[in-house]
Order: sequence, then C-alpha cells, then structure tokens
Amino acid sequence: MPKVKSLPRGVAMVGAGMSKFGAFAEKNSRDLFVESYKAMTKSVDKGFDPSRIDAMYIGNFSSDQFEHQAHLAPILADSVGLLPIPATRVEDACASGGVALRQGVMAIASGMADVVLVGGAEKMTALNTAAVTEALATAADVPFEIPAGFTFPGFYAAMASAYMAQYGMKSEHLMNVAIKNHDNAALNPNAQFGVTIQTWMEGRVAAALKKGKPAPTWSTIWDFLHDEGGNPTIAYPLRLFDCSPVSDGAAAVLLVAEEIAHEFTDHPIHIIGSAQSSGSALHDRPSLTSIPAAKTAAANAYEMAGVTAKDIRIAEVHDCFTIAEVIASEDLGFFAPGEGFKAAEDGMTARNGAKPINTSGGLKAKGHPVGASGVAQAVEVWKQMQGQAEARQVDGDVNLALTHNVGATGSTCTVHVFERRN
Amino acid sequence: MAEVITIRPFTAAAFNQYLAEHKLMTVKCTKCGGVYAPPRAICPKCHSEEMEWVEASGKGKLAGFTVIYSGPTFMVEQGFDKKNPYVSGIVELEEGTFISARITGLDISKPVEVKVGTPLMVDFVEFGEGEAKKTYLAFKA
Repeated sequence: MPKVKSLPRGVAMVGAGMSKFGAFAEKNSRDLFVESYKAMTKSVDKGFDPSRIDAMYIGNFSSDQFEHQAHLAPILADSVGLLPIPATRVEDACASGGVALRQGVMAIASGMADVVLVGGAEKMTALNTAAVTEALATAADVPFEIPAGFTFPGFYAAMASAYMAQYGMKSEHLMNVAIKNHDNAALNPNAQFGVTIQTWMEGRVAAALKKGKPAPTWSTIWDFLHDEGGNPTIAYPLRLFDCSPVSDGAAAVLLVAEEIAHEFTDHPIHIIGSAQSSGSALHDRPSLTSIPAAKTAAANAYEMAGVTAKDIRIAEVHDCFTIAEVIASEDLGFFAPGEGFKAAEDGMTARNGAKPINTSGGLKAKGHPVGASGVAQAVEVWKQMQGQAEARQVDGDVNLALTHNVGATGSTCTVHVFERRN
Repeated sequence: MAEVITIRPFTAAAFNQYLAEHKLMTVKCTKCGGVYAPPRAICPKCHSEEMEWVEASGKGKLAGFTVIYSGPTFMVEQGFDKKNPYVSGIVELEEGTFISARITGLDISKPVEVKVGTPLMVDFVEFGEGEAKKTYLAFKA
C-alpha cells in the first residue's frame, strides 16, 4: 500500500450548495449546475469575487450517454461566468464527485491553486429506465461482467446474497436502512423523495381510491415493504425500496487554501483527510461482503487526518443500494463485520443514534445524480457542521464528519474527513 | 517460413474464442503460479509477464447470486423478463479464482432457498444463428 503523505498545505471548504434533486424535464446539467453554484455563492459568509477562482473540477459520469453532450467542464465553467480558468471533467463512475473533490484538494495542497470550485452534475432522466440501466452498466467490467446478465442492482444483490449467507442477515433487515433514509429525506427540502415510507404508502392508497380501484390492504409500512405490489423485487434479494432512484441534480463546493479561508468565512470546514483507492471487478475479490478499496481509502484518510472511526460524528456514505450502506458502515470501521445490519436495526445510524449515517436521506432518498453525489455529500456535511441542517440537524457538536463515495461495485472509492475547529 | 502462433493473446477476444470452443480458460503465471479468470497479460501479484493459458476443471461453487427480473436488452431478446427471470452469479472456481457467469438449473421459484456454496459445473449457453451466434459462460447447478 502506498505511504500516506500529509497535505503539504491546508485546505478548507468555505461554501457549499446544491440544486434540488429530482426529475426535471426542462433542465439540463448546466441549468442544474447554475442552481448549485448560486446556492454555493450564497453560503459563503463574507461573499467573494468569482474572479478569484483559479480552477474548476467537475464530477460527471456520463453526460455523453445521458445527454449526448461530452466535454462538459468548459461548458459548465462558461455557464457560471468563469472563463478562461482551467476546467476539468473527472470520471470514475458514481465516485466522479468524490474524485473531483479530491482533485480540488490536491490542486490547492500542491500550491498550483488558491481557490478551486468543485462541482458535480448529472442529468439522467432524459433516457428511459432501460436506457439508464444500460448506461450505468458501462461502469462495470463490460466484457466479463455484462455477458453474465448482471445489472447494477444485480451486482449489489449478489453482494447481499453473500452477506446474508455469511452473517445470517435477512433481506428484511435492509428495509431498516430505507426507512431511516426516507425519514431523513423527509426533512431535506432538496431531496428527490422527501417523504417517509409511511407517507409514500398512504399516497399509494389515496391514489388507488381516487381512481376507484380497490385500495391496497397495507396496514403498516412493513406490510407495504413486504408486498410485491408495493415494493417489487428488482434483483433478488433487492426490492425497489432497496435501490436509489434515477435523478437529475448538481452540487458545488468552494475550496480555498487554509491561510486565506478567513477572507471568506469565520467558520471554515477543514478537509483533513482525503484518500482514494482502486479495486478490481466484483468477481476478482476474495470476499463479496466488503469493498477493499473502501477499507484502504478509509485507512489512508484516517491516517492522514490523525483520527479514528470512533471520532467521526456523522457520515454520508454511498448507499446506492441499502446493502451498500450496511457494508460501508463496516468498511469504514464504524461497526464490526457482520454487525452493520444490526446497528441499522437498533437505530444506531439514525439521526439521534450514536453514529448518524446519511442525515441527508442518502443516495437512496435524497437522489443519486451519479456524478453529483460525491459533492452533494460534502454539502450535507457542510450544513450539519455549520448547524444549518434545519429540521434534520444532528444534536451536539458536529466537529468531525466523513464522506464515502463509491464507483461501480467498489472499483473506485474516495473517503474525505472534515473538521470544524471553531 | 511464417512463425506458427501457438499462444493466443491474453485478451477478451481470445477468452471469448475459447468459450465458443466450449472451453473455460484461466491464465496462470509461470513465475508465481497465480491463476486468473478473466485473463491477464501481467500478473497482479508478482508483475511477471510470463503467463500461460490453462483450461479450468469446470468445477466451482456459488459465491453470490441474484435473480434478475428486469434485465438488459440483450437478455430480454433472449426471452427473459419479469415472468421468466434469470440468475447471474459469482462463481468460485476449483482453482481458487472467481468469475461472473449465468447460473442455470436452480429452482428460483423460492430464491430464499437457493444456497450460497451450491456446487456448480461449467456450461456454455449459445444464442443467435450463424455469424451472430454468441457463446455465454454459464454454470449449472
């Protein structure tokens, strides 16, 4: 494993914002990026002159496939009036945003830039579901994984089947993750599915009655989640509510060199750990119940930050599927292997739990515009650490937070550690 | 005299050509003995470039699986849908390496009863006619 080197120069986040996530027929990725940029500029306490921005990195998985638009970075830079700064699109599948964030950190740490805009954007809903599924499948090891019939829900379902066999988890346990993330998203005005599963179920019943159809007989959300009519199986053992949605959205954060952070805000969020690791295709791993790249990235980020898993107050993790959140909570060292699903069941990862995970609603309920997700995680961390998360604000001093962003089944993983010092 | 090429390159095309001949081939590092499937031109353990093709025994066991009700277009064209789902899996080969494959011969009316660890034997599924014929790696329970 490569030696962990400390940042040669401190980096701070001084602003963060996102567009609403959802399905927006009238908006493309640049429209969404403009929204996120405007939200970010508003969040910078002391304001700033945009001409101070030296460079821009954009996480985007596949505007080529989704919008038939490649070469997105200069277009996005132009859309917010930042020409002629260097603008670079970064692609590592669903980890594109986390990797873009890391590129921004490295640009400042190296001394090549003082102020960097990091964005993420994806416009996915212009394609139908089958076409989106096939576009996402290009993030796999295409010649060797796709002929087996795998889809992305299928890959994570295979991981879930191995986890169930190894640790005695039932697929029902995963529903706890979906329920918790919807509970959080219901308090997030930017979430795509900002409703609890209870509200969702009641909406389905009301819609049936309105159409004069027989109302479904679900009396609790557990009836609903166990019913193929309410929660159909997509790829056994995963059902619809185990899967993140197809989304449009964008996010943006402003990074600056630590020594000038005070010019932007009196409350900067320091990025004290930044790590990225690569892994093989799913079938080339000794175990399907853990993601080696996540463990490596976590170990390196903790070492760089000089903290341990215990110290982390909140985490935004890559819950593209419910099982992914369970595995992430173990790979990050929050819970022992085989204990993550029990922690979710016991409420330990809830907003008022010992280790709140995905207070934003996560990819599951906030939405997953893939290239934006890694940056949007940093936006949630910003809000929680500034005490600006409104109804979903975690109690107590959120002085240390973590983001975990995964590409494909774990071929890429980034982990970032954030610290508030005052 | 033209050189006789006896070793196929360590590529996806060569792997697929072997599949069409109903052979599941692994690649073995002649330096450290590492065995890989899919093929690799460079050994990830010892970085040697001295690799050779070795046919797998074809025996394996199920390491993880899924029953897919909504598959990609090429699987739909092969007759799979919500009412006729299929199984994709990760197979641990007897040689100790893993590979992705279609899994056949399992009773999937109750997927909860399918056991990880089920012994499997290699199989080859063909689809299409003439030039369009393609061979897919499968394992049979």
